[in-house]
Amino acid sequence: MLQIKDLHVSIDGKEILKGINLEVKAGEVHAIMGPNGSGKSTLAAALAGRDIFEITNGSVSFLSENLLEMSPEDRARKGLFLGFQYPVEIPGVSIVNFMKTAINEHRKFKGLDPISASDFLKLMREKKDLVGLTSSLTNRSVNEGFSGGEKKKNEIFQMAMLQPTLAILDETDSGLDIDALRIVAQGVNKLRRNDNATIVITHYQRLLEHIVPDFVHVLYKGKIVKSSGRELALELEEKGYDWIKEDNE
Amino acid sequence: MEESQDNLLNEVTGGVYKYGFITDIDTEIIPKGLNEDVVRLISAKKNEPEFMLEFRLKAYRHWQTMKMPEWAHLTIPEINYQDIIFYAAPKQKAGPLSLDEVDPELLRTFDKLGIPLEEQKLLSGVAVDAVMDSISVKTTFRETLAEQGIIFCSMSEAIREYPELIKKYLGTVVPYTDNYFASLNSAVFSDGSFCYIPKGVRCPMELSTYFRINAANTGQFERTLLVADDDSYVSYLEGCTAPMRDENQLHAAVVEILALENAEVKYSTVQNWYPGDKNGKGGIYNFVTKRGICKGDNSKISWTQVETGSAITWKYPSCILRGNNTTGEFYSVAVTNNYQQADTGTKMIHIGKNSRSTIISKGISAGHGQNSFRSLVKVLKSAGNVRNFTQCDSMLMGDKCGAHTFPYIEVENQSAVIEHEATTSKIGEDQIFYCNQRGIDTENAVGLIINGYAREVLNKLPMEFAVEAQKLLQISLEGSVG
Ligand SMILES: Nc1ncnc2c1ncn2[C@@H]1O[C@H](COP(=O)(O)OP(=O)(O)O)[C@@H](O)[C@H]1O
Repeated sequence: MLQIKDLHVSIDGKEILKGINLEVKAGEVHAIMGPNGSGKSTLAAALAGRDIFEITNGSVSFLSENLLEMSPEDRARKGLFLGFQYPVEIPGVSIVNFMKTAINEHRKFKGLDPISASDFLKLMREKKDLVGLTSSLTNRSVNEGFSGGEKKKNEIFQMAMLQPTLAILDETDSGLDIDALRIVAQGVNKLRRNDNATIVITHYQRLLEHIVPDFVHVLYKGKIVKSSGRELALELEEKGYDWIKEDNE
Repeated sequence: MEESQDNLLNEVTGGVYKYGFITDIDTEIIPKGLNEDVVRLISAKKNEPEFMLEFRLKAYRHWQTMKMPEWAHLTIPEINYQDIIFYAAPKQKAGPLSLDEVDPELLRTFDKLGIPLEEQKLLSGVAVDAVMDSISVKTTFRETLAEQGIIFCSMSEAIREYPELIKKYLGTVVPYTDNYFASLNSAVFSDGSFCYIPKGVRCPMELSTYFRINAANTGQFERTLLVADDDSYVSYLEGCTAPMRDENQLHAAVVEILALENAEVKYSTVQNWYPGDKNGKGGIYNFVTKRGICKGDNSKISWTQVETGSAITWKYPSCILRGNNTTGEFYSVAVTNNYQQADTGTKMIHIGKNSRSTIISKGISAGHGQNSFRSLVKVLKSAGNVRNFTQCDSMLMGDKCGAHTFPYIEVENQSAVIEHEATTSKIGEDQIFYCNQRGIDTENAVGLIINGYAREVLNKLPMEFAVEAQKLLQISLEGSVG
């Protein structure tokens, strides 16, 4: 589904990602871990098409197409979803309106008519329950005045609404208390199917107790320095990142 | 709102001014320039009674003693009044006309503008007075409204048919000495709408006037007078467009509103005059005086404006809160893109006790646009327990545009509670990217964000026009990001 080959990414002329290789197949869950500043968010944003990140080398294919040539909105419409680490506020735009617009853009891309009002409401209700969002929240403006946890739930809610093929969740666990973490993780698990895939970016292993990954990769100084099964996460939890750092100095 | 926003986003928009066409129609024009004879000629063309000519001449003489105001934060090129045509009228019989007496070319023009004049085709519940250049082409639903005693007709007809009402009210809210452009208008105004809602009547439909400039080198000077008698209600809407031309054209209008005891008037404007091209060539100079008086106790006047057009806008819809317990409101969205300039805002003059006013202004500047908000909240000694709330927000898109605010407060009665809030924000790359990541392209993202920002004001518009206004906002900002 996703093949990243020798990806190099710079910002303001400074190289952040220095040759990333990663393959994600349908049905898999990958975790990307690593100390702060190693380039995890950069990888997520570059895949989603944020233009401040310059791709200086390498290739990315998504569903057998060249991802790097697509506009950010086309990447989204093709099924790539990014759960933001810091979701922005859009004052005056209700979540209902925002989601309806997004869904209809996705549908238009697939050659479908706009969703009917009743189907939309049904979908909303179903997905709201999945992540435990209340109606009072979905009637509010996108992320405006939301707590950290509400913002993250809202990201998972949007993911559920859009049913992506590949979801990249950037530090979805940061700032969540244990209950919120569980709800978010449950949401992700319920959306798992054998024809979609998830990349979970996290600093801590605690999220991975709830979302069990098939593979764990450690990103350090712009490179994947270790890849293994889920046991790697536990090892990191136990030993911290220092041994990774030492091994790679 | 949600449905309508949807429609908006589904619309494929070209980013060009859609109303820039010219109607090829036989037009009667008088020679360029301004002098007393021209004033007399305009009055004669309209078969006006003597008192109107007197009013015009007094105004003209006064105007000659005045100077163009320079206090606004605007750069206005010198206007040569001898180079303007002050009267241009599509040739047709004097009104009121039945539909088959109206030139089909004119009907087609208004059709194209989305204002069909056949009553059965019109949005149900909206009566229209269609004004092209210097004259009213057709007023719809007159008979229906007349059944309830409502008068809705062109100003020219009102002057001939209801001289007593005109004598009683015209120039009482905006006197002919008021300001440079109001004096000019009082001397040369050609048409506009007149509306009278009798005591105790709730006007059953939206009334609207659609102003269209067509002829080249002409100025449009319309005059609107709205009188809401005791215990009455009316919601009124004004729209305007003009062809794309390289020369600037002057539009200097006056609107007067009187709300008597317990009366309520809602006045909404969707202003979409030709704004000029990307380089600032051409466009309308929109120098307008709008003022309402809440004359009777418990009366209310509410101004809502969406200003997207014009090269230069100079406009301050205001309320004189004369009666006790009166309410004045001003809700505004003003966009300046490319080289547009706007200096707009309001005055709330509190004279009556317990009078209340609310001012909500949302400025949006893009390109090289300059957007100024100017307000005066004045509380006279007589006015106890006044409350005012003012909020003025500015949004900047890009770094070549400007936003300025000039809020003035003068309080002579210490019981007044005046609140003022102001914010300035930028449309964020991260907001746009967030939308992109959900599959929404940049043009639509900007539309969504801007409409969200302006929502408080857009919500005040009658439903049908809210849709129109949302589209306009998006179109007028197209190409300004990315
Ligand atoms: N917008 C930006 N401008 C400049 N530098 C950035 C920007 N975003 C990230 N960086 C830099 O890139 C490096 C990697 O950051 P990031 O991808 O956020 O790492 P992580 O998500 O692993 O904590 C850091 O050195 C950070 O300072």
